[in-house]
Amino acid sequence: MNPAPSVIIFTVLSGLGFGMLFWLGLGQAETGGMIGFWLFAMAFILSGGGLLASTFHLGNPQRFWRAFSQWQTSWLSREAILAVAALGLMGLFGLRQVFFAQDWVWLGRAGAGLSLLTVLATAMIYSQLKTVPRWNQPGTVVLFILLALAGGALITAQAGLAAGLFGLAGLAQLWVWYRGGQRFAEAGSTLASATGLGGRGQLRLFEPPHTGRNYLLDEMVYRIGRKHALRLRVIALLGMSILPAAIMLASGAGLLAGGAGLLAAGLAGAVHLIGVFAARWLFFAEAEHVVGLYYGRHS
Amino acid sequence: MTQLPPASDKKLGLVIDLDICVGCHACVISCKGWNTENYGAPLSDMDAYGENPVGSFLNRVHSFEIELEDGPAQNVHFPKSCLHCETAPCVTVCPTGASYKRAEDGIVLVNEEACIGCGLCAWACPYGAREMDQAEGVMKKCTLCVDRIYNENLAAEDQIPACVRSCPTGARHFGDFGDPNSAVSQLVAEREAVDLMPEQGTKPVNKYLLPRIKDRWLDQPEAGDVLPVVAEEPEGFLKWLDKALEKL
Amino acid sequence: MAEPLLNLSPRPSDEVRQTTCYMCACRCGINVHLKKGKPVYIEGNRDHPVNQGVLCAKGSAGIMQVLAPSRLQQPLKRVGPRGSGEFEPVSWEEALQLATGWLAPLHRENPEKLAFFTGRDQSQSFTSYWAQAFGTPNYAAHGGFCSVNMAAGGIYTMGGAFWEFGQPDWDNTKLFMLFGVAEDHDSNPIKMGIGKLKARGARIIGVNPVRSGYNAVADDWIGITPGTDGLLILALVHCLMAAGKIDLDYLSRWTNAPLLLNDDPGSPDYGLFLRDAEGNKLVIDKNTGKPARWDAKGVRPDLNGQLQRDGLTHRTVMARMAAKYLDPAYAPEQVAERCGLQPGQIRKLAADLARTAFDEAIEIQQSWTDFRGETHEVMVGRPVSFHAMRGISAHANGFQTCRALHLLQILLGAVEVPGGFRFKPPYPKPVSAHPKPHCKVTPGAPLDGPHLGYVEGPDDLCLKEDGSPARIDKAYSWENPMSAHGLMHMVISNAYAGDPYPVDVLFLYMANMSWNSSMNSGGVMEMLTATNADGSYVIPKIIYSDAYSSEMVAYADLILPDTTYLERHDCISLLDRPISEADAAADAIRWPVIEPDRDVRGFQSVLCDLGARLGLQGFVKEDGSQKYADYADYITHHERRPGIGPLAGWRGKKGEKSGRGEVNETQLQTYIDNGSFFTAHIPQEALYFKPWNKAYQDWAVETGLYDAPQFYLFDLWSEPLRRFQLAAEGHGTRQPPDHLRARIKAQLDPLPLWYAPQEETADYPYHALTQRPMAMYHSWGTQNAWLRQIHGINPLYLPEQIWQEKGFAEGDWAEVTSPHGSITVPVARMAGLNSKTVWTWNAIGKRKGAWALDEKAPEASKGFLLNHLIHELLPPKGDGLRWANSDPVTGQAAWFDLRVAIEKTEPPAESQPHFPPQKSPVGRGPQTVRQQSGPDQQSPQKKAGER
Ligand SMILES: Nc1nc2c(c(=O)[nH]1)N[C@H]1C(S)=C(S)[C@@H](COP(=O)(O)OP(=O)(O)OC[C@H]3O[C@@H](n4cnc5c(=O)[nH]c(N)nc54)[C@H](O)[C@@H]3O)O[C@H]1N2
Ligand SMILES: Nc1nc2c(c(=O)[nH]1)N[C@H]1C(S)=C(S)[C@@H](COP(=O)(O)OP(=O)(O)OC[C@H]3O[C@@H](n4cnc5c(=O)[nH]c(N)nc54)[C@H](O)[C@@H]3O)O[C@H]1N2
Ligand code: SF4
Ligand code: SF4
Ligand code: SF4
Ligand code: SF4
Ligand code: SF4
Ligand SMILES: [Mo]
Repeated sequence: MNPAPSVIIFTVLSGLGFGMLFWLGLGQAETGGMIGFWLFAMAFILSGGGLLASTFHLGNPQRFWRAFSQWQTSWLSREAILAVAALGLMGLFGLRQVFFAQDWVWLGRAGAGLSLLTVLATAMIYSQLKTVPRWNQPGTVVLFILLALAGGALITAQAGLAAGLFGLAGLAQLWVWYRGGQRFAEAGSTLASATGLGGRGQLRLFEPPHTGRNYLLDEMVYRIGRKHALRLRVIALLGMSILPAAIMLASGAGLLAGGAGLLAAGLAGAVHLIGVFAARWLFFAEAEHVVGLYYGRHS
Repeated sequence: MTQLPPASDKKLGLVIDLDICVGCHACVISCKGWNTENYGAPLSDMDAYGENPVGSFLNRVHSFEIELEDGPAQNVHFPKSCLHCETAPCVTVCPTGASYKRAEDGIVLVNEEACIGCGLCAWACPYGAREMDQAEGVMKKCTLCVDRIYNENLAAEDQIPACVRSCPTGARHFGDFGDPNSAVSQLVAEREAVDLMPEQGTKPVNKYLLPRIKDRWLDQPEAGDVLPVVAEEPEGFLKWLDKALEKL
Repeated sequence: MAEPLLNLSPRPSDEVRQTTCYMCACRCGINVHLKKGKPVYIEGNRDHPVNQGVLCAKGSAGIMQVLAPSRLQQPLKRVGPRGSGEFEPVSWEEALQLATGWLAPLHRENPEKLAFFTGRDQSQSFTSYWAQAFGTPNYAAHGGFCSVNMAAGGIYTMGGAFWEFGQPDWDNTKLFMLFGVAEDHDSNPIKMGIGKLKARGARIIGVNPVRSGYNAVADDWIGITPGTDGLLILALVHCLMAAGKIDLDYLSRWTNAPLLLNDDPGSPDYGLFLRDAEGNKLVIDKNTGKPARWDAKGVRPDLNGQLQRDGLTHRTVMARMAAKYLDPAYAPEQVAERCGLQPGQIRKLAADLARTAFDEAIEIQQSWTDFRGETHEVMVGRPVSFHAMRGISAHANGFQTCRALHLLQILLGAVEVPGGFRFKPPYPKPVSAHPKPHCKVTPGAPLDGPHLGYVEGPDDLCLKEDGSPARIDKAYSWENPMSAHGLMHMVISNAYAGDPYPVDVLFLYMANMSWNSSMNSGGVMEMLTATNADGSYVIPKIIYSDAYSSEMVAYADLILPDTTYLERHDCISLLDRPISEADAAADAIRWPVIEPDRDVRGFQSVLCDLGARLGLQGFVKEDGSQKYADYADYITHHERRPGIGPLAGWRGKKGEKSGRGEVNETQLQTYIDNGSFFTAHIPQEALYFKPWNKAYQDWAVETGLYDAPQFYLFDLWSEPLRRFQLAAEGHGTRQPPDHLRARIKAQLDPLPLWYAPQEETADYPYHALTQRPMAMYHSWGTQNAWLRQIHGINPLYLPEQIWQEKGFAEGDWAEVTSPHGSITVPVARMAGLNSKTVWTWNAIGKRKGAWALDEKAPEASKGFLLNHLIHELLPPKGDGLRWANSDPVTGQAAWFDLRVAIEKTEPPAESQPHFPPQKSPVGRGPQTVRQQSGPDQQSPQKKAGER
């Protein structure tokens, strides 16, 4: 799939934002006063900004409101509704927390739940697609959620928890990669099944239907070199999991105090973000859509 | 809306005969022509005279090669448009309800007024049957010429898809797969038509007829295949000729 | 949300106008849908005899052609150097005055100094009439480089050819063999026919080095080595004759197999037919054992007759054929390897043909009467049919290969019979019914007759007193005596070399000669721009009519911009290349279904004007004023012979007559009202056996196809060829130059033969071919925003063997070399391909600056032409001569004799060779194309005002 910046930015940032909102909603961080203000602001900028970024890849963004209508079947619609609901509840919750120092626990919990569900919905948009077998596994959802939780935990200064979650996310990522590599074959789509011409001989694309590009090729048939992919995987894993986990462990163990701790957290956050961006880029770039079969790919 | 309607009795679609298709692209361009002028926004072409022309097409013809162990390689031309799946994943993923399957005949359409151009339906379609129009920002797909097949302004014989009407070899057939007696249903039964990517669970309505077995003569035994000789050289031949002429 | 409300019955258009497609030469009927006067959709006309409603990709893309940004806008006069593309617009008056100024002195003093050549012109009976009136012998259309071998091979053998002049009996044939066809002129009819055969379960065998298109759907594929079809065919002939599986009855009745030939090698008439005092050819009548006129009532010609007369032995053609084709040299075992086949395959094929023709014969219950007066109760059919095109004709042995194929058909009794091959009116038409070529120039007066025709011997050649060629293209000279379509591919190089003489004005019409339609395109560009010592151009003046900004435009001094096919009158006439079907004679028109939005004029109308300005006979009235206001006027009022005009339909004062009749003032309108075509159906009794069928011949005379019945026999033995051989053997007054004697003796054999089309060379081991893409027409498809997305680049396809051997991988490029030059191009792999053959799609590569395309267009950066590797002359052989790369009989350009070597190479920035950009006279096309006339008011689907 085409690793479109708008979608990568959207999923990464909104995941982080909703992860923060989850922890904020549960009251796992300082939510009052200036710190609370900044934390909420950051969470809203990340999640809201991400959502905004996602509209950049729409052909007709002015009709976005229509996307709230199809909650019965569409994970994208559900995501939109959940996101707005989560942001609404958390906004109310945040307002009361920051400006009125009132703690409506139930509101926070509900907001936290919706935030996590939003991340789940985002993940489901991808995970539901049988056409992209690499995504079409439960691991995708687990990974998205763990990443959101880990990132959120980091920013909400829960060092130990974050370290653990980083570790788990790393494991989940490894699992997702491992399973992802098997998924295309498992899904069973081949040029033979795609054309019905199986069983006759070795099949091969002779001529594509057009010599130019088209939407399908641009959007769904993206090829990334193996070497390139491996390098990026290492970067992704180090960045999103191993390094921040190490930093957080160190910090959690009290090795880094005061300013150094804050600096370390900032560093871990930055490294994590880079890692997640790399991982998310790979998430798209490595994903093979079955339509590629018709264009002489994956066979 | 993105809920699929209950299975309709009428299932309109196409059967495409891979044994006949010569890969002429007539169906591609007549489709482009009709649908540029009719249903929805025109099918645009970006950078139309430039380095990277990218246009929206609702039907495209691929061409595949089959290499065999025991015979010459074969070529198969392979036209592909929306298969109007019974369990169309492109419909259920749509967040706006723009993508829908008609309850009355099963045709899968995009309501361009409601489409936000998110592209998710194209991701969900295994067959590459949906293309985003780059100028209009809405999803385009085969309409099964819904604005022809019921069109009272067209003669009855023209109430068929543009691609079917234009196909010079007659490789495309349109009809109701819900009716077991329809010509298309019978073709499907006779020729054991296949579904594309059945493993995707989309239950396509459109079917494909596979190429018949080719190059049979190559592996037939030589014995009965050789003509008995009447004469190997001219003199003998002329003698035979005289006799043969007597019998005429 | 409920399903949106759809308008299921939008009005497709305000109005439908029916005319004839010209996105290729197939000439299908089209319905042009118009909204507010603008064309919005084109579909096939269901009533039309050619396409019966279907339409090909090009036809459907006509809208994009009519709206193409490459359309020329107004007459242009060159201001920059030739080839630069720098022009200034001029008015029509100025343009026509300029042309008149150039041409008038030539007409008065040296008409031959005008060379007027047209491309795939569909008005050849008109353009040739103009050229004849001008008085120049130098006129022809594109047939010489296209497929004259096919036309001439057919006409000299059976009075009709494949090309578009005949068709398989699609409804009855059971076995159809297709030789060397990718697309052909009969684009839609062949596809419809293949569809019919498939639906009926009939068998299709494709003979082609490449298995794409029609060959891909063929039940059996014979991946023959290029240039060897004649050998395969004659091996089949060998097998069938040796097995006695030939149609003796057919051969004895309808062919010259039983005709008596002078069999005395010492005689000056050796190999000519025995004739009686009145000149009638003779046979031995089986009933009496006596000689008799071939066409006498009741005669049963004896295939093995013999006659001693005047001390000379006479034997039949059949005996000659036995001697020739039973020779073991034609045995499958001898030829198979060369063809790239197994002997068993050839034997099996022969058996299959015989079985289908004879064991599965069909009968139609229909009586008919032949020219000998015999009435036949049924029509017996041999359901095997053949079709072939440039794959066999575009080789230097193509003429004889075409003849060999017709021989095979005729031996099987499968021509003009049910299930076999059928002619389309005005064919059948024997050689004798065609005109002879004319070349006698009289200053200020018309030529002495039509330029092109069919020679019957050396006396008919177009030679000057001194024996040198009379025509600029050297057609009908000893180099290519039977060049029935002229040699357009030689005009520029001969004019440049001043050989046989220089010309003053080169006048071209719709032929992209500086690019895809020339061999040696780079060399041609140099010839067109070459200057003399004084700086003047070697070819002094070039006038060109094109409708679009093609590569050739830049090389002209004066451009006469044409209309597009929806904007003008045209006439697809029975005098020319009509749209007939085997069951009916048919002709058609085009008419301006839209008006041009530019300052352009239909070229034929311009010729009417120019003809009048030059005072050409036939183009001015008695008082010297212009005779035909425009082409429409000509179509309506011109009469070739009394009562015979360009159009056969609705003649007579009230339109009550067909074929023959007075001029009808409302004829064009009647055509328009009837879908722009006219058909005259052939009576049931006359549908088959046309050359010998009284009912057909009477109908043909009535319809004006000819003035008297033209019964004839198929010429298995070609006497005209034999006459050239006799000359080469030293007989007669007109003698060939010595260097050509051996070749004429060997290759102008009166019986079909095979010879290697080119010398084998170890240095250039592979054959290189082009194929027509079905969705592109030569160079013009590229300006079409829709079609160019399908074919924007053309890789060179390599077979598995070369791919492996040279270690190619996807995305690689290759340097391809021929004795003439080298190109560097992208490659791709194909398994269904003869192992010694490479190929690419024809005419995709474009010159930068042409066709209103961006200079970075893939057609110009990755696309390429094989033409750069092909020369109009063969490489020097060391005899001091440069032999033409043409068939020695007809001069047909031997495109497919190209041999190449291939090496993997680093991808260059763009395909090579590469030429500097031309300045575009029309600018560059727009970024985005979104063609829609606007919403149907009734349609709720559309927003008001949305475009
Ligand atoms: N769509 C489209 N239609 C066209 C045209 C076009 O440009 N586009 N052009 C028109 C014109 S001008 C013409 S002349 C006709 C030509 O129509 P075709 O005769 O179909 O022309 P080509 O594409 O040149 O096809 C030649 C075929 O012969 C095969 N071939 C080459 N050498 C040999 C050989 O030695 N033996 C055999 N058996 N096969 C061989 C090639 O592989 C190829 O398939 O098409 C007309 N129709
Ligand atoms: N390598 C290779 N080269 C080949 C062949 C091959 O098989 N291989 N085939 C050869 C054959 S058979 C042929 S016929 C030639 C074809 O060669 P051309 O006849 O030169 O083919 P086109 O490219 O169609 O060029 C015709 C010109 O006519 C112009 N034109 C189009 N429509 C109109 C109109 O309505 N009015 C006017 N006035 N002009 C118009 C076009 O713009 C174009 O410039 O190519 C030959 N070249
Ligand atoms: S083919 Fe694709 S677009 Fe058409 S219904 Fe099936 S899934 Fe949807
Ligand atoms: S692109 Fe349009 S039709 Fe497709 S899912 Fe998005 S809103 Fe629905
Ligand atoms: S049915 Fe209509 S919309 Fe669909 S591919 Fe055919 S022409 Fe195009
Ligand atoms: S029009 Fe018919 S023959 Fe041509 S590509 Fe389409 S389906 Fe095949
Ligand atoms: S074959 Fe196609 S381009 Fe040629 S005349 Fe017919 S419809 Fe037009
Ligand atoms: Mo041609």
